[in-house]
Amino acid sequence: MKCEEMLAMLNEYVDGTIDPAICDEFEQHMAGCNPCQVVVDNIRKTITLYKAGQPYELPLKFHERLHGVLREKWKETHKSK
Amino acid sequence: MTLKPSDAELVARAKLGDLAAFEALTSRYEQRVYSLAMRMLRQEQDAEDVTQQTFLSALENLNGFRGEASFSTWLLRIAAHAALKVIRKRKGLDTVSLEEATESQDENGAIPHPEYIADWRQSPEELVQRNETRRLLDGALAQLDEKHRLVFLLRDVEGLSVKETAEALGLSEANVKVRLLRARLQLREQLTRTLGNPERRLIPTHNHPH
Repeated sequence: MKCEEMLAMLNEYVDGTIDPAICDEFEQHMAGCNPCQVVVDNIRKTITLYKAGQPYELPLKFHERLHGVLREKWKETHKSK
Repeated sequence: MTLKPSDAELVARAKLGDLAAFEALTSRYEQRVYSLAMRMLRQEQDAEDVTQQTFLSALENLNGFRGEASFSTWLLRIAAHAALKVIRKRKGLDTVSLEEATESQDENGAIPHPEYIADWRQSPEELVQRNETRRLLDGALAQLDEKHRLVFLLRDVEGLSVKETAEALGLSEANVKVRLLRARLQLREQLTRTLGNPERRLIPTHNHPH
C-alpha cells in the first residue's frame, strides 16, 4: 500500500469501518511509514478536539423570545383548522 | 421515576395539537441547532435567525414529517439549509438554488496531501482546558468551504452517521465521505501548523504513483 492509497482509506480506518483485510495492509504500511502514523494520530486528535468542544450557549433572552414566537405561530396555525 | 418521553412520542403528541409537546422538542434541540448555526455563521444575530426559522419551519411542516429519518436529523437538515441560505445571501448569490450549494461538484480532484506533519506538543485533554483552543478550532473551521464545514459539523461534531449526514444534506454517501475526508485533512493541516512541534516535523514521503 502506498501513502496515496492510505490517504483514500483514512476515514474508514479512523471510523473503524474499514474492511479487516485492508486494515491489516493499512497497519503494515503505517508500521513502516512514520509520516503516515503521525497523520493518523493528528487526525484522531483533531476529531477528538472538535467533539469535545462545548456548544455555544443559547442566550436566555433568545430562548424566551423563540418560545413566544412559536406559541404565536401555533395559535395562528391551529385555530384555522 | 418518570422516563423522558421519546422524540417520536413528543412528535405524535404535537401532531395532535399539543403545544407543550412541541415546546419540549424545541427545548431539547434549540441548543444544538443554535450551536450548529453559530459554527456555520459565526454571528449571533444570524444564528438566532436561523434557529428561529428552523423551529418555525418545523412547526409548519410537522405533519409532513413521516419519521423516515429521526426527528433530530430532520431538524438539522432544515437548519443546515437555512444556514447555507444565509451564507449564499452574504455572498450575493441568493438567486442560486440550494441544490447547487449541496450538489456534488469539484469533488473529483486529487485529495490534497498532508504537508505539515508533526506530533502535537499537547494532548487534546490539555488543549481543551485552554481558552485559546476554541478560537483556534473555530478559526480553522472558518477556513473550510461551507460544503465541507457542514459535512464535518454534522458528522464529527453532531455525531450523525454518514448515512444520516447524507440524508440531511441530500447528498450521496460517497459524496459525504469525500467531503468529510477533505474537511478532516484540511483541519488537521491547519491545527498542526499551530499545535505541531516544529522540532519533530517530518518530511512527507510523497509516493506519487506516476
